[in-house]
Amino acid sequence: MAETKRDLLLRPILNRNPIALLVLGICSALAVTGKMSTAFVMSICVTVVVAFSSLTISLVRHHIPNSVRIGIQITVIATMVIMVDQILKAFYYDLSKQLSIYVGLIITNCIVMGRAEGFAMNNTPKASFIDGLGNGLGYGFILMAVAFFRELLGSGSLFGFEILKLTSNGGWYVRNGLLLLPASAFFLIALIIWLLRTLDPDQQENN
Amino acid sequence: MAKESFFKPFYSVLVLAFVCSFLVSLASVGLRPRQEANRTLDRKKNILLAAGLFQQDKDINTLFSVIESRIINLATGEFVPETEMSVQDFDQLASTNDKKLSRSLSKDEDTAGLRRLEKYSLVYLVTDNSRLSQVVLPVRGKGLWSTMYGYVALDSDLRSIKGLAFYEHGETPGLGGEIENPTWLAGWHGKKIFDDQGNMALKVVKGRSKAKGEAASYEIDGLSGATLTGNGVELLFHFWFDKQGFKPFLDRLAQEERTNG
Repeated sequence: MAETKRDLLLRPILNRNPIALLVLGICSALAVTGKMSTAFVMSICVTVVVAFSSLTISLVRHHIPNSVRIGIQITVIATMVIMVDQILKAFYYDLSKQLSIYVGLIITNCIVMGRAEGFAMNNTPKASFIDGLGNGLGYGFILMAVAFFRELLGSGSLFGFEILKLTSNGGWYVRNGLLLLPASAFFLIALIIWLLRTLDPDQQENN
Repeated sequence: MAKESFFKPFYSVLVLAFVCSFLVSLASVGLRPRQEANRTLDRKKNILLAAGLFQQDKDINTLFSVIESRIINLATGEFVPETEMSVQDFDQLASTNDKKLSRSLSKDEDTAGLRRLEKYSLVYLVTDNSRLSQVVLPVRGKGLWSTMYGYVALDSDLRSIKGLAFYEHGETPGLGGEIENPTWLAGWHGKKIFDDQGNMALKVVKGRSKAKGEAASYEIDGLSGATLTGNGVELLFHFWFDKQGFKPFLDRLAQEERTNG
């Protein structure tokens, strides 16, 4: 492993982004990016879950029997997700209502499982934790970028604060209804992938 | 990798399962009081939303203090005195599991898919200058996937709807889940539940309501892609605004209002 800790933390944000390069975790990226605030909370939840599940799995990696490793990883991840969900329900009830089932669905987010199986099983706890943190941030970066455009152009606001005054409130800005629909996140993610791969041709796949 | 023993997967999974279930139950039990408090607050908020009294920046408990909570006997429609049952301790949904406080419903009666019906229900009275201005009633019924829990606020004529709010359901987000959508819920305002004969006449129609004049006040636009959820909402009204539901209470209340007014 030639990668320094810094690389582990920062490379997943632009160079090896789990959404843009590996195209993982798209499902929740569509669902929760209508507003900056939900995207932000979701990013934090996923970052916490990836970091701590990678840490836990890496800690016990020598004791995990090979034949049942996927089941064990999923159980650890599910436990983390339930804890996060319970904490949200106790302290941020409104947000947990808005995120509804998507917090529970972090369990099936391929990024978490991918980091556990692909990295934490073969690396030290410290490196795994940082790698998890980095991947969570990479996921969060794309989520926030998509949510920025969707909320600004779809609802005329950012984090709920009015930026562009909507015609429905007597302003000048005609909202873009398409961006309120989850499918619009596909277009935005595709544009981001295009941009990233143009700036950094190494990410392009060979034909 | 060294060859694994046959039993290792079994006991490692067992140990993991114990540790994980311990953590999960710890979180669940430890955080329950806070979650309960949040849930109660959320219900109060939805009662206020249904009654149109909710204000974004005000404290929910302060706003809620104008609302009087009472317990009624569903079958007779009478108020139960506070000395007999305390509103504070009464958990209406839990009471459906208590044989003494609830009864099972026959198939014909059970239009809303509830299976068991409680004998006592909470009602919320909103008064304005000591005159009854609104009654908020808790309702629930089966949608497509889940039981939908909500509140219906009735105007002082006890037949038209002031507002409606659903606070818990598991319908498909974006389709049936749109029963939470404020724009759709706003369409309920002013609709009439009972016709002139006092029968429940409200309908959720497919697509946009084409009815004109008097008939239009009994029809609600359906939600596209959510016909079955819409049917569930309609059946829920059929159930709760009939004799097994709040009809006896509303009749009694109307009579009292007449003699008092």
